[in-house]
Amino acid sequence: MEAFIVLLSLFTLAVFLGVELITKVPPTLHTPLMSGSNAISGITIVGAILAAGSGDESSTVVPLLGFVAIVFATINVVAGFMVTNRMLKMFKRRG
Amino acid sequence: MNSIIINLFYLLAALLFVMGIKGLTRPKTAVRGNRLAALGMLLAIVITLLDRQVIHYDIVFAGLALGTLIGVLMAVKVQMTSMPQMVAILNGLGGGASLGVAAASYFSVLASGSALSGATLIITNSAVMLTVLIGTLTFSGSAVAFGKLQEILPSQAIGFSGMKFINLGLLLASVAVIFLLVNNQLGSDGFLLLVGLALLLGVTLVMPIGGADMPVVIALLNAYSGMAAAAAGFIMGNNVLIVSGALVGASGLILTQIMCVAMNRSLLNVLFGKMAVSDGLTVDADEVYQGKVTSATPDEVGMMLEGAQRVVIVPGFGLAMAQAQHAVRELADTLVSRGAIVEFAIHPVAGRMPGHMNVLLAEAEVDYEAMKTMEQSNPHFSKTDVVLVIGANDVTNPMAREDKGSPIYGMPILNVDAAKSVVVIKRSLSPGFAGLPNPLFAMDNAVMLFGDGKQAIMDLTASLHEAA
Repeated sequence: MEAFIVLLSLFTLAVFLGVELITKVPPTLHTPLMSGSNAISGITIVGAILAAGSGDESSTVVPLLGFVAIVFATINVVAGFMVTNRMLKMFKRRG
Repeated sequence: MNSIIINLFYLLAALLFVMGIKGLTRPKTAVRGNRLAALGMLLAIVITLLDRQVIHYDIVFAGLALGTLIGVLMAVKVQMTSMPQMVAILNGLGGGASLGVAAASYFSVLASGSALSGATLIITNSAVMLTVLIGTLTFSGSAVAFGKLQEILPSQAIGFSGMKFINLGLLLASVAVIFLLVNNQLGSDGFLLLVGLALLLGVTLVMPIGGADMPVVIALLNAYSGMAAAAAGFIMGNNVLIVSGALVGASGLILTQIMCVAMNRSLLNVLFGKMAVSDGLTVDADEVYQGKVTSATPDEVGMMLEGAQRVVIVPGFGLAMAQAQHAVRELADTLVSRGAIVEFAIHPVAGRMPGHMNVLLAEAEVDYEAMKTMEQSNPHFSKTDVVLVIGANDVTNPMAREDKGSPIYGMPILNVDAAKSVVVIKRSLSPGFAGLPNPLFAMDNAVMLFGDGKQAIMDLTASLHEAA
């Protein structure tokens, strides 16, 4: 229970930090913000790796679900960061 | 590796995400910010691979390799006009990954029992079910959003007035199933039932939302994908998942809020109600337009532009449809070379996702300093010689400002009618998403240039070159 309260505090503080940071992002960058933050939400990859690699022999479903989750999360992370990079490089001042 | 060290590295990764998002607050630092966030992600992945809980590396590396291959292909191939679809897919995959993690955790506990007990067990179980609910509806909702954006599904609103009760019913049923699952009164059949309910809920939530409301949905699904990741973090007690999920969730919610304000509608109204139909006061398009609409040829508009000192271009979704961003930039360059000041006025909900127009213009190498927000543009329309409206409609409709009976009354618009002359480039007089006629087209200072956006703009550029 105590651990839960610590995690809940962390979550709440992070939400407030997120609000503070993101209100400062100019509208011009809203699309890269979405694709970039989307890539960050691919952090579930950490959970997916632990699920797939845990060597849980009791069920064949678990590694399979873990594998699918890794593939999804990896696409999310790789495509998200790369396409954000592609977009942001276009936002240069000319001349 | 020791779990304390692992968690410290996770903290470092979370810190890199925060710095990365901070970098995104300015175009100059944005590329670096994105790279910092990517570095944080790489760090988190490498540290997780070193975790001693990970035994089976074959399956992990196979998944990473396959995902990387698909991801690279997607990122390289996607057209800038298709960014809304791309973000919809990525949102959905994020939700799907969270669902996978939660389901793996559920079946693992089902097979070998849980080491947890008491309140901790209840909290963990609740986190699993909540992750399943949010992750799954993000997955199916994003699939529908993608289908609509790609026009595989009809892009207009599909639904009936009782739709909200179905959604509410599905939500309540899901909550009831979650309650029973957490209390161990339902087995794996109940779990699959929850997945089914959430899949359906995602579909019925997004189906009734029409084309121009898409920016709200994309932003909201973005928030959900973050919340799903955070919920997955509560399952595993993992700090980096919780912090990053919360950041992304906050980001999506703020963008959703900005989009709603820009349409003068509440989130509930976008989600559950189609645009209110004004009772009695139906506006007859013929009455608005009859005998008052002036049509011009590209040469005539070219002459107007020849003498213009200050030109503002208002892009809308039609610009993306016509792939006209490069043609527009050439026109802007031509005008600038003739000594005119050219700016782009971008309404927050122009296009199909937040910032859609900015990305397209940036792709065509328009200087970001020339892209102005609605707040920056509105005070200067009265000093503007020519406004070119390209593929935008509702966001310039004066009814939003003047007609109290109109369904879009109160929506902030670009006051283009204040300019000396307005040129609307459009295929026909057909209404925009709101289904309303636009009195702007009938105003004395407005002319219509009928035709394909891209061709019309190229004609304008050509006529300016001839004049020079």
